[in-house]
Amino acid sequence: MTLDLRMPIGLIFTIFGSMLTVYGLVSGDAIYERSLGVNVNLWWGLVLLAFGLVMLAFAIRAVRRRHRETRTIDSTSTP
Amino acid sequence: MQQIHIGAIDYAILIVYFAFVLGIGWALRRFVKSSDDFFLSGRSIPTWIAGLAFLSANLGAQEVIGMGASGAKYGMMTSHFYWVGAIPAMVFVGIFMMPFYYGSRARSVPEYLKLRFDEKTRGFNAITFAVMTVFSSGISMYALAKLLELVLGWNFHTSVLLSAVIVLIYIFMGGLTSAIYNEVLQFFLIVMGFLPLVLLGLKDVGGWAGLTAKLQTVATNAGYAPGAWSASWRHLSSPSANPMGVEWFGMVMGLGFVLSFGYWCTDFLVIQRAMAANSMTAARRTPLLAAIPKMLFPALVILPGMIAIALHVTRGGLLPLGSDGTPNYNLAVPVMLAHYLPSGLLGLGLTALMASFMSGMAGNVTAFNAVWTYDIYQSHIRPGQSDAHYLRMGHAATVFGILLSVAAAYATTRFNNIMDMLQLVFAFVNAPLFATFLLGMFWRRTTGHGAFFGLLAGTAAAAIHHGLVLPQGAVPGLKGAFFGAVLHTYPSEMAQNFWTAIFAWTTCFVATIVISLATRRNKSDDELKGLVYALTPRLTDGAMPWYKRPATLAVVVLALTLVLNVIFW
Repeated sequence: MTLDLRMPIGLIFTIFGSMLTVYGLVSGDAIYERSLGVNVNLWWGLVLLAFGLVMLAFAIRAVRRRHRETRTIDSTSTP
Repeated sequence: MQQIHIGAIDYAILIVYFAFVLGIGWALRRFVKSSDDFFLSGRSIPTWIAGLAFLSANLGAQEVIGMGASGAKYGMMTSHFYWVGAIPAMVFVGIFMMPFYYGSRARSVPEYLKLRFDEKTRGFNAITFAVMTVFSSGISMYALAKLLELVLGWNFHTSVLLSAVIVLIYIFMGGLTSAIYNEVLQFFLIVMGFLPLVLLGLKDVGGWAGLTAKLQTVATNAGYAPGAWSASWRHLSSPSANPMGVEWFGMVMGLGFVLSFGYWCTDFLVIQRAMAANSMTAARRTPLLAAIPKMLFPALVILPGMIAIALHVTRGGLLPLGSDGTPNYNLAVPVMLAHYLPSGLLGLGLTALMASFMSGMAGNVTAFNAVWTYDIYQSHIRPGQSDAHYLRMGHAATVFGILLSVAAAYATTRFNNIMDMLQLVFAFVNAPLFATFLLGMFWRRTTGHGAFFGLLAGTAAAAIHHGLVLPQGAVPGLKGAFFGAVLHTYPSEMAQNFWTAIFAWTTCFVATIVISLATRRNKSDDELKGLVYALTPRLTDGAMPWYKRPATLAVVVLALTLVLNVIFW
């Protein structure tokens, strides 16, 4: 078994998403002139955050499932 | 051009990315125990990861910057690189060639040539490939450092050093797995970093309808029919009707058949990713799965270039002009990033750009490692050593592969011509290779001598053709006509390249057949089992439900590609 790639991908996009969302909330309107007046940091930050969390959820579910499987194997092998 | 100012948040994003890249290498280092782990990821990579890595190994500098530049320069016709070139080739390699690559247990493409033909064919391919990867990785490094110098004002030497050290560390620790994992991460970064750019650009020009309207001005200003920048097939009837200067036959044969099949079916850089897959089915599905996002990539990499040229012409002066007064198309994508993305998202876009350059380097370095260690060191220099010995050699090859790449990057800054010349030579070597593989895999009578001398003849034919023709407006020399006489003038460099490839392929194909018939077979039917189509038991996918079979996936991929071609006809 090697590293589940969904874990680092989920983590990095959760971090990027949080950074951009927070930055979008605190930054003034002035910098959004070039993005046609849209607060892209906030909106795209939320998209990245959602993507990151979904990836993380999949990775964590896989870890849980593996734990459960090893536990059942352990309990059957010990009389 | 005016330099982009980036803020603390942009630097923070970049630093988080670097930390993850190194962290992945660190987390993977304990899984590298044998040379197979290091060079082939122990053949344990799941399909979706192998597929995305197959896609992103090729998503280096030339793709992101180059396709954006071509989108600006040639418009919608650039999509042929995907919908005529890459996709059919990816389907072909998955369905027809992967059974031999994966099934033969060859550890590299040159090793397949050794099993199928002989040592000299393998040696020729291994050496040209090793040189080619080092220079490609050097070009990537050079392009990244030049771009950062131009756009952000970073020091050239610092950028070269930084990218070299980071790539070195993560490959050294995790081998191919580390490169593959980072390629997948890079895939998501490019999608997430470029999508907002495309959406904002489209919103700005008024959607696809607004873009086509603006591109009509671009086309008529340049003296073409109004739709020349926004249609992919309609203006292919003659070379003079489109900015690319090619007609449909040169396009379909040169780009679609020879160049794309030559690249996707024989280049170890991409094949290595499929060879690392965890089963035959996974290996066959790898290129097919990669084809699905690949067919949508024009929206991410070509569209920004098209929007850039539309804005450049209709609103004036978006792209910086080169010394000859034409726009500097290579800056289309960086300029668009700076034009639309505010601090924050800009950091993400730049991170995506850097990720693509670094993966381009890493892909080349991992392919170099394997070919050097297996096909040159193990077979010619020190055969019969322990596995641990070859694993150490792989680590050492990573270090000197990167050192050579750095040297190549600096050679490029000194002698721009050397790089052009090398790329030319590689084109000569690569174009005929697909004929060798096609005959080798599907005609058992092909002999070792036939393959080797056919390959040489094809390479020579490419050089001779290139030496006798010239693209319009070029001076004799590297661009062609180095034999003095000009037999034919092509309307563009692209048309010349396509035809060079066609001549090289045809010569290799015919010469290999003729020489094979004149020489004795060097491998018996028994030795060719698993290497040649007629002598390999058919794979039966019957046990799988129909929707999981590679053939079903292939049909779906081809049908979708056809639809895209028709929509943007």
